[in-house]
Amino acid sequence: MSILRYAVYRFFTMLLTLLVVSVLVFVIINLPPGDYLSNQIAELRASGQSAGVEKAEFLRREYALDRPLWEQYMIWMGFMPGPHGFSGLIHGNFGWSFEFDRPVAEIVGESLWLTVLVNLAAVLFVYVVALPLGVLAAARSRTWVDYTSAFVGYLGLATPNFLLALILFYYGHRYFDLPIGGLMDPTFEGQPWTWEKVKSVLIHLIVPTFVIGTSGASAMMQRLRANMLDELGKPYVETAIAKGMAPARMLTKYPLRVAFNPFVADIGNLLPSMVSGSVLVSVVLGLQTIGPTLLTALKTQDQFLSAFVLMFVALLTLMGTMISDVLLVLLDPRIRYEGRET
Amino acid sequence: MTQLPDGRYVDDAPYDPKAALQQPERRDLDAPNWVLVWRKFKTHKLGLVSGIFLLLSYLMLPFAGFIAPYTANERNGDHLYAPPQSVNWFHEGEFVGPFVYPIVAEADMETFQWVFVEDTTTPRPLEFFCEAGDYRLAGLIPTDTHLFCAPEGATVFLWGSDRLGRDVFSRILYGAQLSLTVGLIGITVSFTLGIFFGSLAGYFGGRTDWFINRVIEILRSLPELPLWLALSAAVPSNWSPVAVFFIISVILGILDWPGLARAVRAKFLSLREEEYVRAAEMMGAGSGRVIRKHLLPNFMSHLIASATLSIPAMILGETALSFLGLGLRAPAVSWGVMLNDAQNLASIEIYPWTAIPMLPIIVVVLAFNFLGDGLRDSLDPYQQ
Repeated sequence: MSILRYAVYRFFTMLLTLLVVSVLVFVIINLPPGDYLSNQIAELRASGQSAGVEKAEFLRREYALDRPLWEQYMIWMGFMPGPHGFSGLIHGNFGWSFEFDRPVAEIVGESLWLTVLVNLAAVLFVYVVALPLGVLAAARSRTWVDYTSAFVGYLGLATPNFLLALILFYYGHRYFDLPIGGLMDPTFEGQPWTWEKVKSVLIHLIVPTFVIGTSGASAMMQRLRANMLDELGKPYVETAIAKGMAPARMLTKYPLRVAFNPFVADIGNLLPSMVSGSVLVSVVLGLQTIGPTLLTALKTQDQFLSAFVLMFVALLTLMGTMISDVLLVLLDPRIRYEGRET
Repeated sequence: MTQLPDGRYVDDAPYDPKAALQQPERRDLDAPNWVLVWRKFKTHKLGLVSGIFLLLSYLMLPFAGFIAPYTANERNGDHLYAPPQSVNWFHEGEFVGPFVYPIVAEADMETFQWVFVEDTTTPRPLEFFCEAGDYRLAGLIPTDTHLFCAPEGATVFLWGSDRLGRDVFSRILYGAQLSLTVGLIGITVSFTLGIFFGSLAGYFGGRTDWFINRVIEILRSLPELPLWLALSAAVPSNWSPVAVFFIISVILGILDWPGLARAVRAKFLSLREEEYVRAAEMMGAGSGRVIRKHLLPNFMSHLIASATLSIPAMILGETALSFLGLGLRAPAVSWGVMLNDAQNLASIEIYPWTAIPMLPIIVVVLAFNFLGDGLRDSLDPYQQ
């Protein structure tokens, strides 16, 4: 029962954090002087197109951009009635994109799911790669296995994500005939989900997953290795060896079980940087996630669009952190329910 | 050796009962801390080499203009995308000293590309301490003397030239000036904020602690890059490159401090209860003095090590921002700005040398990592 209560508690702290984040995001978005519409109005005035000015002025009133900042925020969140009554984020109205002249929800649409998909794949990749390699590096510490994995790990940490992406794309295409760019074959875009489409998406996912996951995987691997080494020096391991247990079974049964806890906890720390990485990599590789949308929106000061994307990215990380926290409590009975603080 | 009457042998050498205390390993107990740290750090070969490399790189920065054969934005219209040239020593089996072969661009009418052909008949020796483009030594002294420059009628593009015919090698040297200092400014900001808030939270505890902790948690749970993007998008585009550069470094620092503050806070929580802190307080020391004189020096070295480890993230951050066109912009030269040119697959396939700036990035980031690891391991000289 208490695990449920902890989960609920964690959920509410997440909502609270999200609220603070929304204020932060809104302030950051409004930092640049002017907004999309006032820029447009100035431009239209300069070129003498008064008809356009009227439309833009109308939009300004329509989206309450002529009000003080705090009122704009309340309206955007849906805490205060706007020109058309209550209609904000919490009511499922994500706002209007001036740049694309369409509702934000329509623009982001499918790319939200693809973003989640890319990040999930990257997290999976981190686990699948870091777990065996970390254990192996610890079990065979100070041999070539250890040194090679450490070297590869360091390279993974040091190479800028976006360059790794470009290079892997190039060589992946050249030697393994992997597709370049995008998350699916162009013919499948906007089509209903079929087996063929899933397959196409999976093949397109290989390089991005690798790129986004590498630095996380190498950090995770080093952590796991250190934890395993700590555990391997303990007397119970010696006992197990003395009993004549097979090394593989001994490793997985005792030390791994203990070293596993930080492994789950860490994903919460890694997630922010991985989501960051996925935004960058998506821009470079032209994946249909919200990364490229964010970049355009930021560059053109399309405030509702960029604010929504930022909120979504924050939500994604916060959810991931929450899930990892709850999982950790499930996994490690020694942890108190009050939280991670000691 | 003397033989005693009862037949035992005794060593004649003078015996000093205190000798054990003067053995080499005993000396360590009295040596100042930095000597111990240095002694241990020396054994960490990788860290030592990285440290020397970084030191040299930073010392090189003021003289980048002197070492570079060209200036940062000097264009060579006849040699767009020229491939890297090699410096040779022997011409037809004869020793000439360092020289280059002039390269000539020829249009390939099939692929519609410029093909550069070496003219191997006329070696042109490099000139040393010669006069070329104007620059300012250390940003102050105007001069036009370069360590080496292109001979008459030839070019010296050690690492090729880019889209506008600018020398990649020279630009990497100039780019280092910004790319390497971004991390230093950023870490200063993050260090100041981190120590300030961390010590506030750790020393005073209670409500302050709770509040600062929440802020740290929120900032840490947010993905950095989108926030960097949003903040840098807020930098007005009409600012001068230097102002943009400072703002970008400050932005990188502002989002980096929570990690450091957390470490500082944890240390403070454990050290606050020590007797010497209580003694200082009882003698009437103000909280500011206790923090600065009694607590901070305890783990300053640790903080420096962790700061070293977070500089690479800032260098990579600057690169990523500039790469996306939201960080530094031309005419400023940084490694990220240079890589902006190598953004598409076509340039990597046809002109692979435009991606060369990634090498210094990787090397510098690795060096900082190794140096940080070495420092961290050697800061506890008493620990075996």
